[in-house]
Amino acid sequence: MNFDLYLPTLLTIITAATPLVFAAMGELVTEKSGVLNLGVEGMMLTGAVTGFAAVVVTDSAILGCLAAMAAGMLTALIFAFLVLGLQASQVATGLALTLFGIGLSALLGQDMVGIAYAGLPKLQLPIVSDLPVLGPLLFHHDALVYLSFVLPAAVAWFLYRTRAGLILRAVGDSHDAAHAIGYPVIAIRYMATLFGGAMSGLAGAYLSLSYSTMWVENMSAGRGWIALALVVFATWRPWRVMFGAYLFGGITILQLYAQAFGIAVPSQFMTMLPYLATIVVLVVISRDESRIRQNAPACIGKPFHPSA
Amino acid sequence: MIKQPDAKTPLLALGAITKSYPGCLANDHVDFAISRGEIHALLGENGAGKSTLVKIIYGILRADSGNIRWCGEPVTIDSPSTARRLGIAMVFQHFSLFESLTVVENIALGMDSPGNMESLKARIREVSTSYGLLLDPDRHVHSLSVGERQRIEIIRCLLQQPKLLIMDEPTSVLTPQEIEQLFATLRRLAAQGMSILYISHKLDEIRTLCHQATILRNGRVVADTDPTTHTARSLAAIMMGEELELPSRPPLTQSDSPPRLVVNDLSLRALDEFGVDLKNISFTVGRGEILGIAGVAGNGQIELTNALAGERRCQQADTIVIDQVACGHRGPEFRRELGLGSIPEERFGHGAIADLSLAENAYLTAHHRMGLTRYGLIRRRLRNAFSNRVIDQFRVKAGGHQSTASSLSGGNLQKFIVGREICQRHGVLVVCQPTWGVDAGAATAIQQALVEMAEAGAAVLVISQDLDELMLICNRIAAICAGRLSDVLPVATTSVEQIGLLMAGADMEMDRAEA
Amino acid sequence: MLRLEARAEPSRAMIYLSPVFALGLTLVAGVVLFEIMGVPAGDALYAFFIEPLSSLYGLTELGVKATPLILIGVALAIGFRANVWNIGAEGQLTLGAIFGGGVGLLLYDVDSKWVLPAMLLAAMLGGMLWAAIPAFLRTRFNTSEILVSLMLTYVATLLLSYLVHGPWRDPDGFNFPESRMFHDAASLPIIFPDSRLHIGFALALFVVVAAWFVISRTLIGFQIQVIGRAPRAGAYAGFSHKKLIWMTLLFAGAAAGLAGVIEVSGPIGQLLPSISPGYGFTAIIVAFVGRLHPVGVLLASLLMALSYLGGENAQISLNLPLAVTGVFQGLLLFMLLACDVLIRYRIRIGPIVSKIDAGNTA
Repeated sequence: MNFDLYLPTLLTIITAATPLVFAAMGELVTEKSGVLNLGVEGMMLTGAVTGFAAVVVTDSAILGCLAAMAAGMLTALIFAFLVLGLQASQVATGLALTLFGIGLSALLGQDMVGIAYAGLPKLQLPIVSDLPVLGPLLFHHDALVYLSFVLPAAVAWFLYRTRAGLILRAVGDSHDAAHAIGYPVIAIRYMATLFGGAMSGLAGAYLSLSYSTMWVENMSAGRGWIALALVVFATWRPWRVMFGAYLFGGITILQLYAQAFGIAVPSQFMTMLPYLATIVVLVVISRDESRIRQNAPACIGKPFHPSA
Repeated sequence: MIKQPDAKTPLLALGAITKSYPGCLANDHVDFAISRGEIHALLGENGAGKSTLVKIIYGILRADSGNIRWCGEPVTIDSPSTARRLGIAMVFQHFSLFESLTVVENIALGMDSPGNMESLKARIREVSTSYGLLLDPDRHVHSLSVGERQRIEIIRCLLQQPKLLIMDEPTSVLTPQEIEQLFATLRRLAAQGMSILYISHKLDEIRTLCHQATILRNGRVVADTDPTTHTARSLAAIMMGEELELPSRPPLTQSDSPPRLVVNDLSLRALDEFGVDLKNISFTVGRGEILGIAGVAGNGQIELTNALAGERRCQQADTIVIDQVACGHRGPEFRRELGLGSIPEERFGHGAIADLSLAENAYLTAHHRMGLTRYGLIRRRLRNAFSNRVIDQFRVKAGGHQSTASSLSGGNLQKFIVGREICQRHGVLVVCQPTWGVDAGAATAIQQALVEMAEAGAAVLVISQDLDELMLICNRIAAICAGRLSDVLPVATTSVEQIGLLMAGADMEMDRAEA
Repeated sequence: MLRLEARAEPSRAMIYLSPVFALGLTLVAGVVLFEIMGVPAGDALYAFFIEPLSSLYGLTELGVKATPLILIGVALAIGFRANVWNIGAEGQLTLGAIFGGGVGLLLYDVDSKWVLPAMLLAAMLGGMLWAAIPAFLRTRFNTSEILVSLMLTYVATLLLSYLVHGPWRDPDGFNFPESRMFHDAASLPIIFPDSRLHIGFALALFVVVAAWFVISRTLIGFQIQVIGRAPRAGAYAGFSHKKLIWMTLLFAGAAAGLAGVIEVSGPIGQLLPSISPGYGFTAIIVAFVGRLHPVGVLLASLLMALSYLGGENAQISLNLPLAVTGVFQGLLLFMLLACDVLIRYRIRIGPIVSKIDAGNTA
């Protein structure tokens, strides 16, 4: 087997999976606290355009990523205020966030269409980057990809090994009980939602700064929704989210290679694959209703009335 | 009035606590005090203000005015963690437990500094053995019985070595034998110097357990007394402000007519692991008879009610027979046509819809049987007239058929729901927890209505965890435990202790021993 | 310090006032937005909301733009009432255009008065087919209709793109990705002279009335109310949740499909890769702003149609980007969801921090 032949394919899978890892991991934490934020797509787009604009203005990749996270958090804050502060419907508000994000990013990005960016710098790590096979595959990437490698571990450690993570899971399992014991349910959910916003923003930054290295209107192309599906697919477990993201990364790049292998399928049908795969995966996972019910945070999507 | 004991200051003293909600004064200048080592009852009807007062003591709610003294010192309790720091612990009526987490995780969540999990597990095992409260720290809560869940709460409290333990209606979910065990534990704790605030509306319990009782009515203290000097009847009179005429069971008529409701070997798998499987349930209910099914909550009562109502269907038609028509495989509308009415346990979201009007809530089950629909169209005038009839006949306090269900008090809404079914003149009625969370006046009215319905020839099945209620109105009684039904016994010759054993599944133990 | 205080009962007045407040707040936000963009707010608001309505032609255009929004908005509102979250109406609209337009192209040489009805019928079937997929997966496998219907929107768009780039491309069209123009027999009759206002608008008004009747006067409408508010109460009454999921989704599919064919056989006149400026998504906003009530949907559709017209007008006269329309629509929905808090709470000015308020500042 000639590794060099497969290297580009494998690298493309990683780049396709990385934004999904960020967005889905953020949404996982949000949902674990009992909040369903359907606005991932909108937060991603806002993050993508803000990150790109920040880089264009400051020429600093770090500031670009920070700006994207801040933008994601700001949009998440609007969502959180409506849902947690004013008790608006989570489904409706999430949809509103997506629609708003699409419009806002298009407006903010109109002057940036056509500007090209060199892409985030690739970081060579000492020793490991020189390893045969693994070096070029795993250690010739930009900082965001490395971050996406460690993010599932960090989230898993936080949720299952720390007291704060235990409290967050408890709030998602029963907000009434958590409130009765004296935990600040609303504040915890604010934080979890903001984390989700930051990660979605970062996913957007990866799209505009690394994946495409330019801003295109509506460039997330449904990845925010796929990230939402991934969380269900992973039954709310961090490592399975990572696995799912790479599975989807693999499907996404199929379209790029189909022609190379001489498969004469119109490109549109190849582009449909990730969306169809999302449906198939959702069907497979949700067939077993009791499995979803056991794993899903019990309070997900339910409004919390502290006085009750 | 705060009592001023000569020897020692009370552990906790409340002065003139007042708390109001929009349209309701929940606590009105409430005073009371509890001394060290005392088991003190807080007695009152649903809605008398007990829960509000306790939430204020535990820091979940804050009083509008009034003061709290702890060991004589004025304190502000602004959160449950402040309360815990003072030495107050609380066992909730609706347990504050997390189904998907383990016992040890649940306990850790209730403590301010639980330390590491392994040492916490060791301490849990220690406390649970020394107080006879058996519990495995690694089990998930959803796999535990209600009694075991209560043990988690109690152990969680005891681990903090509190000075004051608050227990909110702790016995409503226990069998008579479990209640005895709990009382023994509480007496032991009190003897060691712990104060216990015991909230209940069950008079006999308070008379046997408590040293002192503060009685609330409509948010005010109406008495502060030694309960052992009272009879249950006189306590009830203070609690309710009036004497109530209790209903009595319908006369048992010998009739040769076939039973109106027959259940043959009903088994149903639960939908998920949080539910209970029903196993081989068989019984009959005859004309003019009330059959009671006792049991601790969470033993299959909801599943049984749903199966009888047709919300979940059986494989075989003859599993359920109504007036000699096999209908186990048919849904609620078909069964209602046959004359089976049902009343689920949950009022909001199941038996009624909070933000719909009473007329629409009446239409919910009566739309076909009372001819309120023609060519798929709603006959609004008939619908409104029917709901007005229910409101009048059952003395529901409501603005009219256009008021929403959520505007009614619990007792009034339950009267409306029961009335809605009874006015449809069903031949068979299945009712789950008919008087749960309902004030005594409404409870008596509902029980009376069920008795009258049976006297008029209907077959009535009452599923309830209130054993007193079942002993009062039923002709025959059985107990459900872990989805199995015990033998059916005549109430006249059966003791509370016998039923208690059946509720705990004692007959199954014996069956197993014999097998 | 503002705080929220729960009302004893939801306020009926606020249910209807909230959209008005929301519109006011959106306009205020719009003024701020325009000032930031360096456009005189007065000019911009005039170009957006007044100028399009100042001519008869403008009013007929409002009807043209509102037609698909009304059709889809009414159908979505019924679905949302039953807690069926079909957010893929854009895809169902696209399938309607493909099926209806396909019949139009198939019967390209036929000049008969039956061509148009056949197209409308085919479009409804196409939309229903697309909506049947989430309905089937939800009722059979409990799969989220939100995600499925949305994913199918992307698939539908790609399918249309393939068709107009490939098999259905106009042979005389210089290789542009467009189909042939529809003949008169395949075009919607105009109901107002010298305008583009077509018979579809009348059809949409009929759907409003019919939907209102079904919701408020029939057992089916009652079942939808009950299932949406309390599924367990619906099961207790004996109403079939699955049947209602199927019915609401199929109805939405038919309505969106109809909207799709109306667009291509009306204002557009041919199949293009992009046939809708997001009507299927805007209809979600329309449904909420219209309080899930057919008459409310009608009013909200006119408002949203105005935002499309205003956006186009402002682009021409003030060189404002079209994306402003999307921001406006999103803002309006946000403001509405925020104002809806007044239905169940009242705002008090006072020092005591209620629990809900403490949450906001956390």
